[in-house]
This record gives sequence, C-alpha cells and structure tokens, in this order.
Amino acid sequence: MLLIHCPYCGEARAELEFRAAGDAHIDRPANIAAISDEEFAEYFFLRDNPKGLIYERWRHIHGCGRFFNAVRDTVSDKFVMTYKAGQPKPDLSPAPGAAPALPADSRPVETYEATEGRAE
Amino acid sequence: MTGANRIAGAGRLTPAKTARFRFDGRGFTALAGDTVASALLANGIHLMGRSFKYHRPRGVVSAGPEEPNALINVSRDTARSQPNVRATVQEVFDGMTVGSQNRYPSLAFDLGGINDTLSPFFAAGFYYKTFMWPKQAWASIYEPRIREAAGLGVSPKEEDPDHYACRYAHCDVLVIGGGAAGLAAAKAAAATGATVILADEQPEVGGALHFDTGAEIDGQNGYAWAQATAASLKAMDNVTLLTRTTAFGYYAQNFVAMAERVTDHIDRPQANAPRERLWQVRAKRVVIATGSIERHMVFADNDRPGILLASAARTYLNHFGVTVGRKVGVYTAHDSAYEAAFDLKRAGVEIAAIVDSRLRPGDGLFEKARSLGIEVFTDHAVIATSGRLRVASMTVVPNGGGSKRKIAVDALITSSGWTPSVHMFSQSRGKVAYDAATGRFLPGHYVQDCVSVGTCNGTDDLQAILEEATAAGAKLAAEAGHAEGAAPVPAGRNAIAWTGGMAGAAYGAGPDDSVKAFVDFQNDVCAKDIRLAVREGMHSIEHIKRFTTNGMATDQGKLSNLHGLAIAAEALGRGIPEVGLTTFRAPYTPVTFGTLIGHARGDIFDPTRKTPMHAVEEANGAAFEDVGQWKRAWYYARPGEDMHAAVNRECRTVRTTAGYFNASTLGKIEVVGPDAAAFLNLIYTNSWDTLKPGRCRYGIMLREDGFVYDDGVVGRIAEDRFHVTTTTGGAPRVMHHMEDYLQTEFPHLNVWLTSTTEQWAVIAVQGPKAREIIAPLVEGADLSNEALPHMSVVEAKVCGVPARLFRVSFTGELGYEINVPADYGAAVWEAVAKAAEPFGACPYGTETMHVLRAEKGYIIVGQDTDGTLTPDDAGVAWAVGKKKPDFVGIRGLKRPDLVREGRKQLVGLLTKDPKEVLEEGAQIVADPNQPKPMIMLGHVTSSYWSENCGRSIAMAVVAGGRAKVGQTLYVPMPDRTIAVEVTDTVFFDKEGGRIHG
Repeated sequence: MLLIHCPYCGEARAELEFRAAGDAHIDRPANIAAISDEEFAEYFFLRDNPKGLIYERWRHIHGCGRFFNAVRDTVSDKFVMTYKAGQPKPDLSPAPGAAPALPADSRPVETYEATEGRAE
Repeated sequence: MTGANRIAGAGRLTPAKTARFRFDGRGFTALAGDTVASALLANGIHLMGRSFKYHRPRGVVSAGPEEPNALINVSRDTARSQPNVRATVQEVFDGMTVGSQNRYPSLAFDLGGINDTLSPFFAAGFYYKTFMWPKQAWASIYEPRIREAAGLGVSPKEEDPDHYACRYAHCDVLVIGGGAAGLAAAKAAAATGATVILADEQPEVGGALHFDTGAEIDGQNGYAWAQATAASLKAMDNVTLLTRTTAFGYYAQNFVAMAERVTDHIDRPQANAPRERLWQVRAKRVVIATGSIERHMVFADNDRPGILLASAARTYLNHFGVTVGRKVGVYTAHDSAYEAAFDLKRAGVEIAAIVDSRLRPGDGLFEKARSLGIEVFTDHAVIATSGRLRVASMTVVPNGGGSKRKIAVDALITSSGWTPSVHMFSQSRGKVAYDAATGRFLPGHYVQDCVSVGTCNGTDDLQAILEEATAAGAKLAAEAGHAEGAAPVPAGRNAIAWTGGMAGAAYGAGPDDSVKAFVDFQNDVCAKDIRLAVREGMHSIEHIKRFTTNGMATDQGKLSNLHGLAIAAEALGRGIPEVGLTTFRAPYTPVTFGTLIGHARGDIFDPTRKTPMHAVEEANGAAFEDVGQWKRAWYYARPGEDMHAAVNRECRTVRTTAGYFNASTLGKIEVVGPDAAAFLNLIYTNSWDTLKPGRCRYGIMLREDGFVYDDGVVGRIAEDRFHVTTTTGGAPRVMHHMEDYLQTEFPHLNVWLTSTTEQWAVIAVQGPKAREIIAPLVEGADLSNEALPHMSVVEAKVCGVPARLFRVSFTGELGYEINVPADYGAAVWEAVAKAAEPFGACPYGTETMHVLRAEKGYIIVGQDTDGTLTPDDAGVAWAVGKKKPDFVGIRGLKRPDLVREGRKQLVGLLTKDPKEVLEEGAQIVADPNQPKPMIMLGHVTSSYWSENCGRSIAMAVVAGGRAKVGQTLYVPMPDRTIAVEVTDTVFFDKEGGRIHG
C-alpha cells in the first residue's frame, strides 16, 4: 500500500484514503465546444504511459476530499512530490550529467517481461 | 518415553513437560518445544508424506520453513483442521491430531504409488501432451482424475470457528529475521531510541545459532547470546519483538506484511485469543536479515525417506536432542556438513562415511574427520540409494566412474551449499546480482529504503556479520531521525563458513543420465525434466519453470531454484547469470486465508446500509433486495402470495388507488451558492437559469465523452439552493464527478456541494388517491394542481415535521415524494400507512417501481443505458439544451461516431405471444435463420409482466431502433426463437394525462 502525502492535510496517509484521478495538467479547453475532433481526442483520450515520472491527480476522498497533484515514479511507485491543485507543473527533468535510475553496469535479470518483450 | 532416537544430554528441550499427539492414528509423546517433525524423528519415523505426482514415499528434508515434503494435516477438532502444514514448523501441542496427506489407503502402502512405475508417461509437461485425445475427456475424465491423484491436503468442510486479528504498525526500523545479524542490528538501532520491530518466524530467536553450536558471541554460546539479547530487547519500551511471525510480503514504500501465529502452538488457547494476526508494518527503514537456506545434493534417488539436509540433522540434534539415524552417511559439496557429522559422531552416532564431491574439503576438516574415526571419500559421488520406505544404503563411486561401493546407512545427510535468502530483498523490487566468485545471487541494486545484512547479503564471517549488522542498525536509526549512538559491536567467532559448494546435478545424475535425481521434491521435478524442457525448446528460465513446474510448489523452490537454474544453464550452454533467476513473489511461505481476511467476514464482510424505515418494512413482511450496499424492500407479499402475485397486486393498486414507496436510498446532493445555477448549467445538459424556485426539472448528466452518466430530478429550493437527486447506485460517483469539476475545472464558481443522501428519508406516494392520502398530514402547503403542479417542490410540514414536498412521479400517476429528516422517516412512514389504509392503498417495493416506470418508458440509468448511450440513443435528447455554450459532454456529443446513423437506440418490444416474458440481456437479431455467428442488433434491457397492460412489456437497445418501429425482430433462445414487434417505449397511458391528476 502506498503512502501519500496530502498537501492540504499536510500528512502522509495510507493509500486507502485516496483515489487516483488520472493525469494532471490537462486543462479542459475554454472553447471546448469549438475544438476539432483531433483536439478533442488529444484532450480526452490520448495519454502518455511514461516509464519514469508521471504527473497525476489524486483525491483525498476519505480525508479532506480535495483533489491535488502528484509526481510519481512509475518504475519504483515512489511519490516524488505532491502539490496543490492549480499550482504550476514542477520541472523535475534530471540535471545534465545526473545519475540514471539504475547503475550503468547493472544487468537486467531475465524475467517474464524481459522474455516476452516490454510494453512500449 | 519420547522416542528411542532422543540423545540424553543433547538439545535444549527439557523432559519436564510433555505433550501427547496422534499421527495417522498412532499415539506419540513429544517434549514441549518439539515440532511434529522432531517428535516423529525421535521415534525413528522419517516417512511423513507422499510426493505430489509420483506418490513416492517421502521423509522430512529440512528443519525449517523451506520444507518441501513433510506436509501434514493438523487438527484440534473437525472444524479446526488445516491441511498442508509443514511438520518442521508446526509445534506439537497436547491433544493435536496429525494426518499424512496424498496417500490411499495408508502412508506406507499407497495405491497412487503406481504413478512412480508409470512415470515415463508423466514426464515434464505431460499434461500438455498426454491427455489430448479425445478432447471431451479432458474435462470429464482426465482432469478430475489427475486432480484427485495429484494432491495436497483436503480443505476442511466446516466453517472456521477461529477468529483472526490484524494490526497496523509504524516503526523507525523493522528487522526481518532474528538470527545473529538481525539481533545485532536491532540492538544497535534500539540503542538510539528508535522504535524497532523485530520479527522472526521461529518460536525463539537465534536463526542458524539453533544448530551452529560452535559459534560464540561475546564469550558465550551463540544461542545463549541470542536469547539474552532478545530478553534485553523485549525489556525496552521502544522495541516490539515478535516470534512465530513470518514477514511474507514486502510491498511499496517499506510496507511489510507479516503473519503472527498466536495460538497454533497452545493446547488450550484462550477463547478470545485470535488464532493468527496480520501485521501491516510501515517502516521508515528495513533491515533484511533473513539468512541462508541449505541446498540438497542432486543425485539418483535422492528423495528416499531418511535423506535430509545436513543442517537439519544438526538442528534436530543440537536443538531438539534427536538423532536422525544410528548409522548416518554424509554426501556433501560443502564444509558445513562436516560439522553435522562431527556433532553426530560426538553424540555417539555412527557416521558410515563422508562422501565429498570436491577434491578436498576446507582446512583441517579432513584431518579432524580422521581423528574422530570418520572415513572420508573425496572426489567421490553417491550414484544410487536403496530402501523403499527408508534409505538403507548408498552406492559410492569415484567422480568420473570406477569401482562401486555400497555402504549401509539408515540416514543420509547432504549439503551442496547455502543459498542466500534474497526473497524479501527481491520482493522489495531490488535487483539481485550474481557473484561469480562465490556462485551466489546477492542483493545488488536497492529500490527501497532497506539494507541486507548477514548471510543473506553474502557476508560469511560471524565477526564481519556482527559488525555489518551493528553498523546498519545504527545507520538506519539515524536515517530515521535518531542520533547515531556508539553501539558496541559484539565479538563473534567459530561459526561455520557459508560460501562454497555447488549448484546443479552431481556426477552420475547427468548430463546424459535419465536417473531420477530430484531437484524439486514437492513438484517431483528431476534434473532430466529440466534438460527435457531445454530440448523441447524452452530457453527462458521462466518458460522452463512453467514447463517443468520447478519451484512452483508451495515451497516456492527454496531448495530447488538454484539447482534448476544451474542445470538449465548447463543444458543451454550459457552462464548462470545469463539465464537469470525467476522472480520472487509474496507470500514467502503460505499464509492462511483467515490471516488475510481478518475480521472482514460474515456480517462485517461489507457494510450494509439500511433506510430509517427498514425495521417497519421488515415488520410489514417486506422481502429485501441488495442494491449496492443498500437493503431495499423488494415486494410486500401477503399471506398466500408469491412474489409474482404480490407484484401484480401492488402494480394494480398503485394505478387504481395509490401506493407508497420507500425512496430514501435515492442519492441526494445539496448544491448551494451564488453560482449554483451556473454550476448545474455546466454539469447537466439542461438549462437551469430558467427554472424558478419551487419548480423541478429532470436532468441528464454526461461524461465529457458524451455518454449518459446519471440522471435525476433537481428541485430549485431557492435562487441559490438546489436539491439534486441521483440514482441510488450513482450517488458517490456523481458527487465525486461534481467535486472534480468544481475543484479543478470551475474553481471560480462559488458553490458548495453536500451529500444529503442519508439526511432525508423519502416516501413516495403515487396513484390517483395520492393527494387525498397525504392532504391530512400536510401543513403549510396548497396541494392543488394550480399551486403545486407536476414537477414542483414546496417546503412544508408533514406530520408536524419540516419537509420538502415534491410533486414528482416515477410511475406516471399523480405523485408526491415526501422528504423528511431521516430520524422522522419511520414515524412519517407509519402515518402515511395509516392514512392510506382507508383507501385500500398499499406499500410497494422496488420490483413494482421497476414495472410501473417501464410501463411509462422511464429509463433507469445503468439498466437501460450502459455507458455507451447518448441522450439521443436513450430517447431523452429533449433534455439537452440546444442553445447552451458549454456543458460537460457538449463536445463529446459531436464526435463522428456519436452522430452517425444506425446507433443503438432505446425502443419498446412487444412479444407476439403476450404471455411470453423476455429475458433481460437476451440478444436480438433480424433473421433467426442466418448462419452463425449471427449479426446481433442489440439486447433486451428491461422486461416485465405488466399486470396493468395485461401482457409482457420490454425495452431494448436496437441498432437503428426507432426506424424499425413496427418491424418484427427475433430473440433466439437456447430452446426456441421468440418473435417481437418493435414499438415506442410508452406502454401505458400514452397520452400522459394521469400524471397531472
């Protein structure tokens, strides 16, 4: 079970109290009625599936009830940070020369995923 | 007498306390502290089970949780019976009944043993190949027979009378494993004041110090040091020390699940004590000190009862005071087996010979064996054993071949080395790395905040282990926020060496031989099976594992995985690290369902929601149906009535006089604020600006993709206050949906949302006499059509209680919905019942509600819609505001697929035979004689017998349905085809006059 820091309550609480609510920083177009099919698809249907950091929305549904944003690493499941809804998207791209997540000399262990191929 | 194989003066158990138990009907006496395995071994019994596939006689192999063979059924009584318990971990309690498994008629004579003779037919992957014909026979004959014969234990038939507890815990440092390393780490961490939890799966701490009696720590015997350290830790307020507690799962963010066995070792547990307790621990830091597991030697017929691990023999002797035999052979590729032989020899047990596959053992061992008078064969192999129910001899040859020598033994102990127990580390998503120098997989890259110490980390020397563990304990406590204290490092010496040994088949068991050299005892996987898998084209260790089932038994391959990997690597001509380990998964050892479920069973498995009128309805004879978590009155059968008769009567009564209905479960949301109307304009397709206070409107809510999400009547109580109703099941998600938009997309709107579902009790009174029934109860409101027309709301008093009185109808009749505060629900319900009685009106349930609304073609979102219907598809396009600039779903509705011709549309269906009631969910076709697979046009969404129409009625979604009105379609059923006519959805009072009273 994940431990999630609610930026409104100021406490890390068990995942049981929260509900995931999809990707963050996708603004509903102000002129939504006028946008093209492609723009609507981009807004509503198409999502990235990044390996690494993902920006997503959570709601402290069994706590304060507030929606907030979180940055989570999809590999380790670790929450990098959480912040209030409406705050700007933080820039967490690694500094040039920063160490990658895995040491360069580590060899992947053969797993089912490795055998069958990874999802892109 | 507690067994002929007890060695006087050996072991740590005292004869002061004994416990009696039965094994397969025979009575035995054990000592307090015995496991079932040690107690049986004390009586010379090695045969404890039959193997899974071949039904070969099997004896105990280990003295710990890795046990693959000695699986038993343990019971206190008929209900308290647990199969597949490892005899090596189950402590004996007085009065316990133990049974062997997977044998018929008896353990010594098992008819299933014929499988061993037939084993050429049961090679790896046999079930993929052997039983392919005839096809039908698989399900009816082969599979049931195989399941019966290839078995583990039998589940108890009765409900488990025990109860199970659970506890959440937080700590600074969790230490998994209470051996030398774990204790040293816990001690160092606790000294800083950090909160520490230490869990060990055995009854006492000590780990390998149970058997390694040569080890010394701080000048005392290692085991004694462990107990003293545990006692000092227990005395500290900041330490929780849990024995008989297995950490079985390591999840994200240092969340570790542990199973504590609270009463399984007690003869008369307290009635209120839980049998087991699930610990869910969130630790800032975790110390993994899980030690190592000894591997057996892989050679021909290495599975006879009496052949077991060297460390197990040493545990039985040094801890339990039991010798595994009187003339013991040793077959090893590792020094630690020598220590077992020396201990046994010193206890007066004859050592027949030590057979060492290596050219020479470690320093001094050869000489020490000589001095004790033990014969040692180096560079030799055991290529065969004999003995049906107990090993009787071993056949020894030089490696590479030569003259054979048969040596009589009554037990044979083996060791091919130690496998670091990286299960918990691997479950934490850490990546193991192969250490070529020592031939071991060790913790490599860490993903979580944990540290491995001791032999599971590849640290071999006792002093080095204690230093490493002490440093780790202090460091992790400091990381968790406690000042690093100067913890003294205990001084340790004389422990066994852990490194070295071999993995894979020994000489004589391959690479080309076809002898039965078992790798995985529990699943009957031999070295030749793994080679067969490679020959048949399996090149990934994951495929080899699944094809052979190596490591897939309940022991999860604790003994077999590394051997299997080494044999596969040899057959593939690749190195061990290139082939790679399979993935470790929770649970580390089997966990009972009771532990996982805890208190969540029976009545408290899931919350039950009851309306304020529930008790009254129950007294009135209501049958209830589950709607989500709600209990709703389904129908009110009178004496002599079945459900059908009751529903027909209720339906008739509502339309001829009146009925009253408990609608309290309806979702209710109070929307308040200066921008309340503006907010509803965005959330609903309808326009709300024009709705005057005191009036109601039926609203449709869409998702952004244009599909119907929910519906309900909304009443405007005041300029800035709306009473929103939702479907019963949809209330929480509608609230979530509204909050989402309000908080994140429309935060500029000044609106508050409050769930009021449980604040209001709702009584619907429907029918021609509805007004007359409620009139005497209402104060402060004019009920006339002029003052309170259909779709209006007024605040008034009902039975003297403040109420919101709605003039709405879900039946098509003149109707009211009385909302009163929930606490008054039952009283007002009874007042309504009393007022209704003189008119002959009756209460009605959800079934009648469904029939009456279907007669009028009113949809139920979630029944007649399924998340792929637009308002137009559902026939409610009139509720979409055409001039609105924006609402949720406005753009989705214009998607090409949502405006195309031929979409499924809601229509009515009338069967040609009016008595025929269609099945909900049945498929609809145009031509019942078309070839299969037929083109399906849609399906039946609602179908009822309508007493008021005198025939069956149905609603359905049909492709291009509204254009098909008047056409005949067909509903194919398994035994017949039903012809139906497509109609509109209103079956009763098509003009709609009745609703206006």
